[in-house]
Amino acid sequence: MTPAKLDLSPLRRAAAWRPAEYAFWLLPVAAFFLFPKSLALLSQIAITALFCLSLDLILGYAGIVSLGHAAFFGLGAYAAGLMAKYGWGDPLLGLAGAAVMAAAAGFLTSFLVLRGTDLTRLMVTLGVSMMLYEAANKLTDFTGGVDGLQGVDIQPVLGMFSFDLYGKTAYWYSVAILFVMFWLARRLVHSPFGLSLRGIRQNVGRMPAIGAPVNARLVAAYTIGAAYAGIAGALLTQTTQFVSLDVMAFSRSAELLLILVLGGTGSLYGALIGTMVFMAAHHFLSDINPQYWQFWLGAALVLIVLFARDGIMGLLRKLSTRARTSS
Amino acid sequence: MTPVLQTRNLSKRFGGFFASKDVSLSIEPGARHALIGPNGAGKTTLINLLTGFLEPSAGEVFLKGEDVTRLAQHQRVKRGLVRTFQINRLFAEMTVLESVTLSVCERLGLGWSWWRPVGDHTAAIDEAAELLATLRLLDVAHEQTRSLAYGRQRMIEIALALAARPQVLLLDEPAAGVPTDESRELFETIAQLPRDVTIVLIEHDMDLVFRFAERISVLVGGALLTEDVPEVIAKDRRVREVYLGEALDG
Amino acid sequence: MTIIFDGLAAGMLLFLISVGLSVTLGLMNFVNLAHGAFAMLGGYTCALLLSRLGVPFLLAVPAAAATAALAGVILERTLYRRLYAATHLDQVLFSIGLIFMAISTAHYFFGATQQPIVLPEFLKGQINLPGLDVGIYRLFLIGVGLVLAAGLQWMVSHTNFGAQLRAAVDNPRAARGLGINVDRVFTLTFALGSGLAGLGGALGIEMLGLDPGFPVKYIVYFLIVVAVGGSGNIKGSLLAALMLGVFDVAGKYYLPQVGAFVIYAVMVVMLIVRPQGLFGRSAAK
Ligand SMILES: Nc1ncnc2c1ncn2[C@@H]1O[C@H](COP(=O)(O)OP(=O)(O)O)[C@@H](O)[C@H]1O
Ligand SMILES: [Mg+2]
Repeated sequence: MTPAKLDLSPLRRAAAWRPAEYAFWLLPVAAFFLFPKSLALLSQIAITALFCLSLDLILGYAGIVSLGHAAFFGLGAYAAGLMAKYGWGDPLLGLAGAAVMAAAAGFLTSFLVLRGTDLTRLMVTLGVSMMLYEAANKLTDFTGGVDGLQGVDIQPVLGMFSFDLYGKTAYWYSVAILFVMFWLARRLVHSPFGLSLRGIRQNVGRMPAIGAPVNARLVAAYTIGAAYAGIAGALLTQTTQFVSLDVMAFSRSAELLLILVLGGTGSLYGALIGTMVFMAAHHFLSDINPQYWQFWLGAALVLIVLFARDGIMGLLRKLSTRARTSS
Repeated sequence: MTPVLQTRNLSKRFGGFFASKDVSLSIEPGARHALIGPNGAGKTTLINLLTGFLEPSAGEVFLKGEDVTRLAQHQRVKRGLVRTFQINRLFAEMTVLESVTLSVCERLGLGWSWWRPVGDHTAAIDEAAELLATLRLLDVAHEQTRSLAYGRQRMIEIALALAARPQVLLLDEPAAGVPTDESRELFETIAQLPRDVTIVLIEHDMDLVFRFAERISVLVGGALLTEDVPEVIAKDRRVREVYLGEALDG
Repeated sequence: MTIIFDGLAAGMLLFLISVGLSVTLGLMNFVNLAHGAFAMLGGYTCALLLSRLGVPFLLAVPAAAATAALAGVILERTLYRRLYAATHLDQVLFSIGLIFMAISTAHYFFGATQQPIVLPEFLKGQINLPGLDVGIYRLFLIGVGLVLAAGLQWMVSHTNFGAQLRAAVDNPRAARGLGINVDRVFTLTFALGSGLAGLGGALGIEMLGLDPGFPVKYIVYFLIVVAVGGSGNIKGSLLAALMLGVFDVAGKYYLPQVGAFVIYAVMVVMLIVRPQGLFGRSAAK
């Protein structure tokens, strides 16, 4: 028998872009023209999507659960805010600074989450983020505390596009960064490194037995995820020219986890679609009544855990298989 | 000839209980070595100690003359010491080809490569496919691991280890739970492995052990009872008492 | 001294609320982040009975505990038990969902404000000793806490149910093998834990406050009690809760700049250094 008999293309072409993906990325372009009055909300969606992508990298691929991912988002937000406040207002420089800052924090704290059960990891990440929250809360000279960080002055993107009142620059800037970061993440998850992360998630006990240094891989994944979150935080700072203390709040971490589970973990697009659905629902339902929204959000979460653990992506996958088998 | 794998007074204590006791073992290059002993004798524990899955309470492990006692599991794998597990440890949601490609990639040192997609690493995929062909797994190459019958999964357990190109392969009851005809096929595959792979096998089926092994070590209560060629072991009264007698009864 | 006293009283409340969480975690390996919602339910029941229906305090408090216990049984039977085998992440998500529902429900019926509470006359006032002012209600809380802790300890070590509980916490699989109905033990324990939480919530309105954010505000405190005390360990929970109460009150008083920061840091260090908790993991100890 020779391997020539086997058609290798399913694996060879696994990373090729599909038509549905091209279509998906036309959505942000369409949204710009369809909802020109909601650009602020649309920018928020793009930023949250990037933040969610960062959690998907560490949870959906590396399998590290976290209840404190907002810590890195917040670090990035403050880093970019402080840089701009003290004269380093170039947006891309701010993103880089935020990424480095969050990555450093991610690297250092990654050693705390290497070992232990899911529960320990949940509690440790929660504890670390609460510590940072308290620090930001108390270092008022530096962060402005509960009043938030004022005086964030952002220069034009690439020296050409200044942030306008309508939020057009903010929107295109956020979407462009989201796309670039998504594209990098997409390369990463389809690479041998990404495959090894999936291996760790699916059977962490086997990986050392095929020669993979599990801890080093987890440290790398966690650091990358933190950097992504930092960039998302910096985007929020730059597009709103303000940092409020709740960038680090527990509720942001919990909400993010929920968005990712709603969309479906471990597929990148789940993070994006989950964010879109969540933010849109939030926008419309909390207009009616904020408590109403929170109640149904909780109910949805309970139902997802009980009945639809694979989220929206899982449903889409099921539908597409059914469509394929019936045709 | 220096032994390819050697232990010196290897012990493992769980609380007050010795799961491995003072085991000194020496295995020649190219050996076909069986490790036998009743349930709970400490066979799996010994493999865990050899591979670094467990840290010994005392004693040393040498691989090709090098002291590897303090090395992590993956570092020993890089030096050619590879195992399979008594209970499958597979990547349930990957296809068979993906799983084996993963293992090949790790061996080729591609585990940190993050830019080019797996699909572009043609050499790794071809090698994985070739291995699947030898193990007669080509027909399920694109199936999800979890969807396969147990016998096939057991074969993947071995494929993952072979993809790491072992110099010493430790097989922990490879045919456990596999139907008889499939288990024969599985052993044919193992028997056909080239001589430059040293094999240490744990197996309960005595027919298989005596057909395959050229040397046999007997473990009882964590300690090495005796070691010899199969003909001698078969006649050893102590071995018959502690092991064969029990096996015949059971 | 007064501060230590206040801290002990707060610690007793934390103990009452957290002990159920600790035992469910030790017993079924179930992470019920929504545990604080049962305390909140107890609190609101008590407030409602006192202010709207004029029920006397000493009746309202046990009624609040009973309501929380009943809610515990119903939820355990209908929802929680479906998730025993689920991952911790799923359990956490599920209980966050319950928290959201509880918070918005409380908000809907009672508004966002703190619930006022009027203590009965005999629990008001202070005892003034030289160098020590002791609030009578604080004294009452400590007394109730000690009595209940002793009662729990006695139940666990001297009753048949306690023996089953110990066996089930130490090794659920072996306990099943011995013919112990672990599911029933768990339902009862869950009810008891929810009831104690409800009691703590009711007694705690005066010290911890009561508003719809309650289950989230104190989540970390409950988790710290479990992390430090060791899951499933009653005496450990008590010690951990008392320590936490004293540190928290003293920290806010003497070191307001770093107070909460230190507490979170202690939790993280604990989890890394001694994942079984300071006092180990066993209901028997
Ligand atoms: N992690 C562990 N903790 C405590 N005891 C263990 C552990 N691993 C194995 N043992 C005990 O060590 C003994 C040897 O087990 P094992 O090596 O699996 O035996 P074998 O593979 O020969 O059947 C058994 O009594 C088992 O219960
Ligand atoms: Mg074994």
